[in-house]
Amino acid sequence: MILHDFLSFEALRLIWWGLMGMLFIGFALTDGFDMGVGALLPFVAKTDTERRLVIHSIAPVWEGNQVWFILGGGAIFAAWPPLYAVSFSGFYLAMFMILAALILRPVAIKYRSKRADPVWRERWDKALFVGSAAPALLFGVAVGNVLLGVPFRLTPDLMSIYEGGTLMKLLKLLRPFALLTGVVSVSMLVMHGAAWLSIKTDGPVKDRARRIGTLAGLVAAGGYALGGLVLAGFVDGYAYTGAVAHDGPSNPLYNEVVRQGSWLSAYAERPWIIVAPVMGFLGIAGAIMGLRAGRELTTFLCSKVAVTGIIASVGLTMFPFILPSNVDPNSSLTVWDASSSHLTLFVMLVGMAIFMPLILMYTAWVYKVLWGKVSEHDVNEHAEY
Amino acid sequence: MEIGLVELSRLQFAMTALYHFLFVPLTLGLSVLVAIMETVYVMTNRPIWRQMTKFWGTLFGINFVLGVATGITMEFQFGMNWSYYSHYVGDVFGAPLAMEGLMAFFMEATFVGLFFFGWDKLSKVGHLVVAWLVAIGSNFSALWILIANGWMVNPVGAEFNPETMRMEMTSFFEVIFNEAAQAKFVHTVSAGYVTAALFVLGVSSWYLLKGRHIDLARRSIAVASAFGLASALSVVVLGDESGYSASQTQKMKLASIEAMWETEPAPAAFTLIGIPDQEARETHYAIHIPYVMGLIGTRSLNEEIPGIAQLVEENVDRIRRGIIAYDALMQVREARTNGEEIPSESRFVFQQNSVDLGYAFLLKRYVDDPREATEEQIQMAADDTVPRVFPLFYAFRIMVALGFTFILLTGYFFWRTSFRHMSYPRWALWTAVVWIPMPWIAAELGWFVAEFGRQPWTVDGMLPTALSASHLSVSDLLLTLAGFTLFYTVLFVIEMSLMVKYIRKGPYQDVDETDAWQQRHRARLSTRRNQSPIAEPAE
Repeated sequence: MILHDFLSFEALRLIWWGLMGMLFIGFALTDGFDMGVGALLPFVAKTDTERRLVIHSIAPVWEGNQVWFILGGGAIFAAWPPLYAVSFSGFYLAMFMILAALILRPVAIKYRSKRADPVWRERWDKALFVGSAAPALLFGVAVGNVLLGVPFRLTPDLMSIYEGGTLMKLLKLLRPFALLTGVVSVSMLVMHGAAWLSIKTDGPVKDRARRIGTLAGLVAAGGYALGGLVLAGFVDGYAYTGAVAHDGPSNPLYNEVVRQGSWLSAYAERPWIIVAPVMGFLGIAGAIMGLRAGRELTTFLCSKVAVTGIIASVGLTMFPFILPSNVDPNSSLTVWDASSSHLTLFVMLVGMAIFMPLILMYTAWVYKVLWGKVSEHDVNEHAEY
Repeated sequence: MEIGLVELSRLQFAMTALYHFLFVPLTLGLSVLVAIMETVYVMTNRPIWRQMTKFWGTLFGINFVLGVATGITMEFQFGMNWSYYSHYVGDVFGAPLAMEGLMAFFMEATFVGLFFFGWDKLSKVGHLVVAWLVAIGSNFSALWILIANGWMVNPVGAEFNPETMRMEMTSFFEVIFNEAAQAKFVHTVSAGYVTAALFVLGVSSWYLLKGRHIDLARRSIAVASAFGLASALSVVVLGDESGYSASQTQKMKLASIEAMWETEPAPAAFTLIGIPDQEARETHYAIHIPYVMGLIGTRSLNEEIPGIAQLVEENVDRIRRGIIAYDALMQVREARTNGEEIPSESRFVFQQNSVDLGYAFLLKRYVDDPREATEEQIQMAADDTVPRVFPLFYAFRIMVALGFTFILLTGYFFWRTSFRHMSYPRWALWTAVVWIPMPWIAAELGWFVAEFGRQPWTVDGMLPTALSASHLSVSDLLLTLAGFTLFYTVLFVIEMSLMVKYIRKGPYQDVDETDAWQQRHRARLSTRRNQSPIAEPAE
């Protein structure tokens, strides 16, 4: 393989940073509304038929949407193995809870209507709610913790050691700032889910979704603004002390990192990244107005812009850091020292270049086939759902 | 690192992997069977085949969702419980997992929703294409997973990089076209086909015994027995291919499965049965079949298959070379850390011996720095390279015996279908019902042989299992183990109850499809030829 020399290691690392961002955003845009809809279920639907309408709006697509998450996991493993190794083992119990929720959710969607028994259905409704709301919250909490720094260090053999006992490791994740980012995440996805429901449903369900979605949008905007203020005033950023080889070996211990300044100094260095938070706020504003005006497509597009902007702003603010350590800053993982090898990044890029356009095309086709509002007639046609 | 932690991590991985594989083989096979049935429907336009597609499709759906859901656990557990493994081989091992998502799983999952919801939104051919895309996606999924898994037993196309302390890919093509992976893929996929075929066969037999849904059951048996016979034959033939591949790349696993304590003169005999005794390194009460082992393993009459004792001797040497590599690695790393130039001699010595570096890691169980290992410790580490023979020996034999029963069963049904007017004696129908769980047992035993037989390595010759685990506490593991056990048991009970419910219920409505079709068929003939049909339709 000589082909991979056509793209420099540095360029590949940068491209993969962008692609990972794209995968996370893709996950939030698609599976995000599934989670939002699941979290909204108890509040927008009062009767069994209404609940079935709500579930029917996501039932044909959640499986494909969830693959964004699975592909995201696989891509972290392939493109940033150190991040995969450190974060998944470090957030051990939190990961277990996310896993349990992500197993519970699909099973609830699929099994709920397999029996007519109301108790059976009520239990699965609860499972669907927990399985949707919990990961939405935990993903947000994880982002907050990443911004604050995570207590891990790497041994010279690059084995990661995460400090703390079993429960303390879990409880320490629930720092106030992390809870704030958790709230932003939940409200953002609830807004997104409400936008989806207003496209797919009619009548009382749609009206309730529009009301709750408006509220969620306001909470998301407030929380996001507050998060920015906290970052500006109370959270230290991270920085390299010296020059860093952008094509050096992927060994975080070769570079020195200190905790200093603010994450927000990135906006002084790269002023153009202000685009991301602006997208976040404008998107939310647009989505709220759209929900109130009943403009379904505009709402959903604005909601997408908001989700994209908010997630992108986190990545752009932290660049080049992807997982800073607050107990041993030198162990921090960055774009330049936590990637796969030159060849692996290239091979995976070729894979992405071939299959991502295909995926986008057939996903678009599937959505097109399924386009239109879910009616009671549809629900009754499919006794299964 | 405590041994308790590693054992618990292994237990959890084994449990969740075996559990995941309760659902995967049925997904693999049933997706193809359903697509075949729908193909017949589209070609003949007969409602009974649509009914069959929908009925088996419903059971497929109940099973599919748990396969998908428990698969997420598998992907995440590498990072959660095997973080050093993930760091050490992620550069190679992660790529096929990501490719699986990109190329296979995305397709499978995106179209499966359309399969269930698209009946009235798509043309007939459109829906058929969707069904096939789901089947192809599932099978490609298995391909990439087994490429990753095959690399663990035969780590080709990669080398160790001392600067990043991990294996890095040198050739993606070698990783993909790894012979161990290819042999595993075809073997595993055809095992999935057998599982689904016997499932369809058993359920249909039960309907016949109860006198229900006769049309659906007979046609399903016809499809399942033909498909099952072909798959059962290939699972055995390709399993033999797997054995041949093992003799080339996984000598210790092969010797352990066969309880070959000493190297025997070629061609070696096959031990049909006996009681392997690991302590004494001999097999009591053994019944041998001359020549067979040599033929399977080497496909020749004069090539020897090394026995366990000889392999342990070789591993002593490899551990010694591993220590030399480890020493050189430490010098390289020290120079790099101090910012000095890396002594070219150390680099050379390391490159000469780096393939055996993993063997030095085996000593970490006994001593922190492998360079300080005593002769006794080296010998103990070499003895550790022998997996436990007794369970492997029996798991393998039960699996193979079951494999042959599948050929007999599907073969018998195929013969009755083809030459005895689709009539089946009651005893055969009952056997088919009772035999439903057997492919699962064989598949789980197969995984046990594959993974337990690789011990003490996670990546053969490169990284010992004991070193691969995450730095967690025992209480972490106990919590998640309890959580998984409880959660998975509940899900299993629910899944089984739904399966039983939907099998008892049968197809949605039992229209007299054949009569309806015959009427239409007559009508078609009469309008076309303007005369009433003389011949009864063959069916």
